[in-house]
Amino acid sequence: MDLPVWQALSDDLAEEAFVVIAVSFDTRAPEASRPWIEGANPTYPCLLDPEHEVADLYNMVNVPNAVWIDEEGRIVRPAETAGTGDEFRSMVAPGGIPADDLQRMMRRRQRYVDAVKDWVRNGVDVRSATDATHTADDAQAFAHFRFGTWLARQGRDEEAHAQLAEARRLKPESWAFRRQSWELEEIGKAGGPDFWAAVEALGDADYYPPPQLAGLDD
Amino acid sequence: MATLVGPRGAGSLTDATGWELKPEGLCRDDVCVPVPDDVRAAATDDAVALWRHLGWPVATTGDAADAYLGEPVSARAAARAGEPAPDFALRDLAGVEHRLRDHRGKKVFLASWAPW
Repeated sequence: MDLPVWQALSDDLAEEAFVVIAVSFDTRAPEASRPWIEGANPTYPCLLDPEHEVADLYNMVNVPNAVWIDEEGRIVRPAETAGTGDEFRSMVAPGGIPADDLQRMMRRRQRYVDAVKDWVRNGVDVRSATDATHTADDAQAFAHFRFGTWLARQGRDEEAHAQLAEARRLKPESWAFRRQSWELEEIGKAGGPDFWAAVEALGDADYYPPPQLAGLDD
Repeated sequence: MATLVGPRGAGSLTDATGWELKPEGLCRDDVCVPVPDDVRAAATDDAVALWRHLGWPVATTGDAADAYLGEPVSARAAARAGEPAPDFALRDLAGVEHRLRDHRGKKVFLASWAPW
């Protein structure tokens, strides 16, 4: 879970003009997110986004994703994987994640956090060339997803699932869509056999595309 | 009549989407999109037809009783380095609203997470 990692980052940069804003993509009532937020006891704003407004505005497709924004309110780095990596995929293999992979994963996360600090403290230019601007299909997919979660809140489960399935079809790269809609079908499904089968089906493709940031995997 | 749902909630066209039919077209804030007369005549009763005419995102339930009117690509900000970061207002667990623009003057690390 990432909230404590962002707390450490926030603590380290307490003297700087800097703020972490964490956004929960859970579409259910606040109670779904509450235990994790209270457990992390963050000093930074920890917000609820049941309508996926931020996901939609910034085209964020997974958790953890992050966007870096400068003092003038301009995007520096559009939505990207927030330092994690695909090493987690061997979690379910016999023996779990190999020690080397685990170390690489932790080292990458540390370097990603260090890059945030370098940007904040030293003003290092870390603008990314990534373009996360919506396509027409993205806009249509978010309409289905947001309608689906609205229907789910009305207790209209069957209609909700049809909308959510259409959102997933139009935007297969959104694991946020997939995992939230699975979780609405059945608690625990987001991390269950369907999830692992979908990850397996990626083959050589990334679950967490690495951020284009120099030195993360040296 | 269909229930209209949109990024701003459920209700009338304007409640759901923030867009409003005016003499000069379909307008929100200081933006107006022209609407031909024949579409306008139908659109008074049929916002879905209007959205479809404009090529904007529409999702309907199977029986087409209810519809979601999505935000068009043309009204969305570009998500590239150097572009303005779109503002948002969300609540925390205590119900306190936070806006991105309240943090102008600071660098912001905006991170997604979920309990699942």
